[in-house]
Amino acid sequence: MSLFNYKLSELQDKLHTKEITVSDLVNESYARINEVDDDVKAFLTLNEEAARAKAKELDGQAPSQSLFGLPIGIKDNIVTKGLRTTCASQFLSNFNDPLYDATVVQKLQDANAINIGKLNMDEFAMGSSNENSSYFATRNPWNTDYVPGGSSGGSAAAVAAGEVFFSIGSDTGGSIRQPAAFCGVVGLKPTYGLVSRFGLVAFASSLDQIGPVTRTVEDNAHLLQVLAGHDKMDATSANVDVPSYKDSLNQGVKGLRIAVPSEYLGEGVNPEVKEAVLQALKVYEDLGATWEEVSLPHSRYAVAAYYLLSSSEASANLARFDGVRYGVRSEKAENMIDMFKLSRSEGFGDEVKRRIMLGTFALSSGYYDAYYKKAQKVRTLIKNDFEKVFENYDIVIGPTTPTPAFKVGEIIDDPLTMYANDILTIPVNLAGVPGMSIPCGFSSEGLPIGLQLIGKHFDESTIFRVANAFEQATEIHKKTPVLGGVK
Amino acid sequence: MAEISKEQVKHVAHLARLAITDEEVEKMTEQLGAIIKYAELLNELDTDQVKPTTHVLDLKNVMRKDEPRKWINKEDALKNAPDQENGQFRVPSILE
Repeated sequence: MSLFNYKLSELQDKLHTKEITVSDLVNESYARINEVDDDVKAFLTLNEEAARAKAKELDGQAPSQSLFGLPIGIKDNIVTKGLRTTCASQFLSNFNDPLYDATVVQKLQDANAINIGKLNMDEFAMGSSNENSSYFATRNPWNTDYVPGGSSGGSAAAVAAGEVFFSIGSDTGGSIRQPAAFCGVVGLKPTYGLVSRFGLVAFASSLDQIGPVTRTVEDNAHLLQVLAGHDKMDATSANVDVPSYKDSLNQGVKGLRIAVPSEYLGEGVNPEVKEAVLQALKVYEDLGATWEEVSLPHSRYAVAAYYLLSSSEASANLARFDGVRYGVRSEKAENMIDMFKLSRSEGFGDEVKRRIMLGTFALSSGYYDAYYKKAQKVRTLIKNDFEKVFENYDIVIGPTTPTPAFKVGEIIDDPLTMYANDILTIPVNLAGVPGMSIPCGFSSEGLPIGLQLIGKHFDESTIFRVANAFEQATEIHKKTPVLGGVK
Repeated sequence: MAEISKEQVKHVAHLARLAITDEEVEKMTEQLGAIIKYAELLNELDTDQVKPTTHVLDLKNVMRKDEPRKWINKEDALKNAPDQENGQFRVPSILE
């Protein structure tokens, strides 16, 4: 049996008993990449030489740290010292030698995880399909005619295809949960502030959050344990105690009160997705939980508010890409302003330009109150919706996405339809609460369907407990994708 | 809010320091117009008495002590630059 069928804790046991070596794990990871990545296209940059050297070094040591010897993939908007970091943008195609590691990368190294390489994404994390990568589109391992979701599509596809044991993504409006749903893996967006954003190339600073993508819920808890915690290098990092997530895994759901927003099962939600969610709720009933329909009345305004806010923040964050200190510079420019304009126009792709333009417009003189401030106020209403529901319920459950994965090229030229794909994940980012996607079924075409679990601020423990109960009671997570379709 | 015009799109592109072609102006006018029109949905809500949320956490600005510490050196700071000379970033001349 492939090593990829084991949980992280089982692999650790095998390392402890010397049944396998770290080099075995790293070899298996690169062998699988060689076997399938021409089809999946999850990786932008491999770290093979350094990873193999690190594996050899660890082979001589006794396993001690929590991720000892385990191969990981890292989304390419997370800075890695000395390893090319492009954000899947032509603008950073020559950014081969970043000067420092992101805090999460440092934590992974301290835990002795092995960085296998950098994973493809939508350019600067803007997109819901991975088709906005300026290098190539990643494909869905369940059927390569379909998108893996975005923007952490590479992170989800690499885990689903068994190329790495786990990966790190980032989630601004659903960018971990939506691809996790499309690829049938477990993806968590932690509470805003729980995981340091130092070294994450910022898209929308008040919404971005780094999180783990794994095959199982237990693995996800294992990884979050390493990533979570206060960081003095990040002014938005929360100074809160990090509980033991492992302790919460097997506490069961007896007596748990589940809220199911009527807006999350209404118009626009695919019948197969709705049915899979209702079946999951039946599982929870059988396990002793109760559920009731509730309302998150401002959900329908979330997408509009999100695109105004995130694009505004993006327009400010991406102003730093000026062709002076790093990145590409246009050779056509004759003066300073032209240098900025031409470098940015040649370096950024269409979606990035579109959002910079939208954000600049929303922040420009005369429009700030009408768009940006209005959206901030609607954000308050959306946050209040969640807080009200959590007064009476332990967790909110619904679908992660309105539909299963769509075909490559199907809606790429229709920004509004593409944006609507994030309609069920965006409110979670606006409210700053944690959300997880776990596989809960398959469509008639054999594509995974994601169940979204949303918790109170800093209550990841309840999410792990609820997600693990479902995983233990069902066999869905055990199904693995068979690669096929077009190249 | 009136429809977004091509002139507005050109002005916004200048503010955003983006050079855009006439073809892109056409496309952006249409696409931004559609997104802005969609955003008008927010006007259904009366938010006069609602406070804006800029940040979900109750953050306080923490100032560190003003002490020198090690960070990158000049060589490191310059090594990813597309153009450099004599230990400085080189850019097109500003003065004629």
